[in-house]
Amino acid sequence: MSAEPLLQVEGLRTHFFTKAGVVKAVDDVSFSVARGKVMGLVGESGSGKSMTGYSIVGLVDSPGRIVGGRILFDGVDLATLDPVAWRAIRGKRIAMIFQDPMMTLNPVLRVDTQIVEAVLAHAGVSRESALARAREALVRVGIASPDERLRAYPHQFSGGMRQRVAIAIALVNQPDLIIADEPTTALDVTIQGQILFEMQKICAESRTALIWITHDLSVVAGLADTVCVMYAGRVVETGRVSEVLGQPLHPYTRGLIDSVPSRNRRGEPLRQIPGMTPSLLGMGEGCAFRERCPAASAACASSPGVAELARGRFVRCFHPVGEPMAAASP
Amino acid sequence: MISPVTGEQPPLVALRDVSKRFASRMDLASRIAARVGAGPAQQVVRALDSVSLEVKQGEVLGLVGESGCGKSTLGRIVARILEPTSGERFWRGAPYSAFDGRSQRAERLAIQMIFQDPFASLNPRLRIVDVIGEAPVVHGLIGREDREAYVADLMARVGLDASTAKRFPHQFSGGQRSRIGIARALAVQPQFLVCDEAVAALDVSIQAQVLNLFIRLREELSLTYLFISHDLGVVRHLSDRVAIMYLGRVVELATAGEVFARPNHPYTQALLAEIPTIEPRKRAFQPIRGEIPSPLSPPPGCHFHPRCPHSTERCRREQPAFREVAPGHFSACHLNDTK
Ligand SMILES: Nc1ncnc2c1ncn2[C@@H]1O[C@H](COP(=O)(O)OP(=O)(O)O)[C@@H](O)[C@H]1O
Ligand SMILES: Nc1ncnc2c1ncn2[C@@H]1O[C@H](COP(=O)(O)OP(=O)(O)O)[C@@H](O)[C@H]1O
Ligand code: SF4
Ligand code: SF4
Ligand SMILES: [Mg+2]
Ligand SMILES: [Mg+2]
Repeated sequence: MSAEPLLQVEGLRTHFFTKAGVVKAVDDVSFSVARGKVMGLVGESGSGKSMTGYSIVGLVDSPGRIVGGRILFDGVDLATLDPVAWRAIRGKRIAMIFQDPMMTLNPVLRVDTQIVEAVLAHAGVSRESALARAREALVRVGIASPDERLRAYPHQFSGGMRQRVAIAIALVNQPDLIIADEPTTALDVTIQGQILFEMQKICAESRTALIWITHDLSVVAGLADTVCVMYAGRVVETGRVSEVLGQPLHPYTRGLIDSVPSRNRRGEPLRQIPGMTPSLLGMGEGCAFRERCPAASAACASSPGVAELARGRFVRCFHPVGEPMAAASP
Repeated sequence: MISPVTGEQPPLVALRDVSKRFASRMDLASRIAARVGAGPAQQVVRALDSVSLEVKQGEVLGLVGESGCGKSTLGRIVARILEPTSGERFWRGAPYSAFDGRSQRAERLAIQMIFQDPFASLNPRLRIVDVIGEAPVVHGLIGREDREAYVADLMARVGLDASTAKRFPHQFSGGQRSRIGIARALAVQPQFLVCDEAVAALDVSIQAQVLNLFIRLREELSLTYLFISHDLGVVRHLSDRVAIMYLGRVVELATAGEVFARPNHPYTQALLAEIPTIEPRKRAFQPIRGEIPSPLSPPPGCHFHPRCPHSTERCRREQPAFREVAPGHFSACHLNDTK
């Protein structure tokens, strides 16, 4: 890639120091996102997607802590910022959208009050122009009668409408980067389709970079330019969406894609990944996927590093799919 | 019961003109508003509006539609958890009421329901052996002394380690809890399972495992399923026939092949266009407009008309009839009259 990426995460580690032991929620995570591009961050529940997002926006709470790595945002390492410096960036240059819009919205405040406050927190403008921006943000996310909605309370809205308002708040200060944490997971496919449509348009027009966190590969397929697949706190595969979905190199990615119903003959048993995701508590040495992996060998008892197998294709595996299994022990 | 006239078996379950109304659930804010006269008083939710549907012996009937359209209500009515406000239900051609007597326990247990959130439907203070084994003892299907062996059998059948039978639900993962829920339903030897979003809460890799379990159990136990899901990919994979619901009504019904290859109803067409697929191609999402209206005040005529790209004056006035547009393919849309 020629242009300097807007966000570059390198070797990020966010661990939770619980009574029961250390939970390595994010463990050596690296990826980058350029302006105007969409990156899908995919993985099953507990794989560390949200904590990766929270680390970038400085929302990791005790007993969790960033213990290693760099988060280079437009040249500044966010991992070294103090809370005050964080607050100046969050909501202004980096915005986060949560699965539950009520994480963003206050149920007892009118929508106009909430959006205007979000504007005034970061911009020295008059209340009138803040209100004008609020209205404009609602229009951008496809809300039909913005003036009426501005005067309403969040509890009067459907789930889909609430999420639109939360997205409008994220957009209102024209951030450079938006991190969206499964914002359409709880919504119907038709509403999800509408929101994905708006987000795609907005990011392309305003050159906003977008990280879309989801467990759903099919959402990423239609929306993202690049994808980063996580398993048990680690990134196992990254690359362009068409390449990763078209020719997955990591056995876990491959297993996920193979189990999607449309990739199977109707009515027949789906190809499935056996077993279940491991607990991150006190995870030992070795590839975290090895108990479930059809390609596992003795080598997999130590932890594989990340290798760039083709330009922009990073894989963390001793025996990537499609390579001869020569390395496997007898 | 074989019909003397046609020699055909009656459907396993049939609904005729089933409607269900609820007094609306009010949240705190609307209750306060209603009390000070600032909002509407209690209203009526028309969750099901004259639904007729048949499920044939041995088939998987998929039921899809957006949330709030009445899928769970329909499932619960089929499973006898809810009584319809009006309309009739039949089991093998005989009205449900014929099985109210003491001796017809087997018929009453024949339909079991499996829910989305297996944890919410499991009593956290009961051990798994009790969760699964209590109902068959109470209903006299097995003796108390046979309970542990019976439960061990069921656990093995659904892919659970029988040595964990003495544990509590919270000691199991989401996928294992689903299996517990399935074993509990199977324990009373049902013939028909109503699966309500049974895999929706599961991770992708675990979802595939549980879907495979449903596929295997259907064959092994000759089960019939009403498979409710908002996930069209899952429904397409599993179902023989598919019913599409919109705002309390079934708007289209056909074999899965037909529905996905030749959707007739404009709502079905819109829904299918929204199925995200993993085929790698960046696309511009082309969504249908608007949201599903409130069942408190459904639009007149065709319920879909405010969102339909083809709606006409007639659609706003007149409810379209649900009729056969090709052999075995039913749809409720006025456009079919002009074809
Ligand atoms: N407060 C906490 N204490 C201990 N562990 C936590 C805490 N919050 C999150 N974790 C752990 O971090 C891991 C990653 O969580 P998360 O990022 O939320 O996963 P995802 O978003 O992919 O579902 C999980 O295994 C979870 O158990
Ligand atoms: N017990 C109830 N009391 C009041 N309203 C209900 C009740 N159960 C369901 N409803 C309403 O009936 C409609 C259909 O609900 P449901 O059958 O759960 O839909 P679905 O399963 O398709 O999401 C919704 O508007 C819902 O709010
Ligand atoms: S490192 Fe080994 S166990 Fe891990 S994914 Fe690769 S082949 Fe499988
Ligand atoms: S009856 Fe009219 S509004 Fe309803 S689906 Fe058909 S064309 Fe659309
Ligand atoms: Mg999460
Ligand atoms: Mg439901």
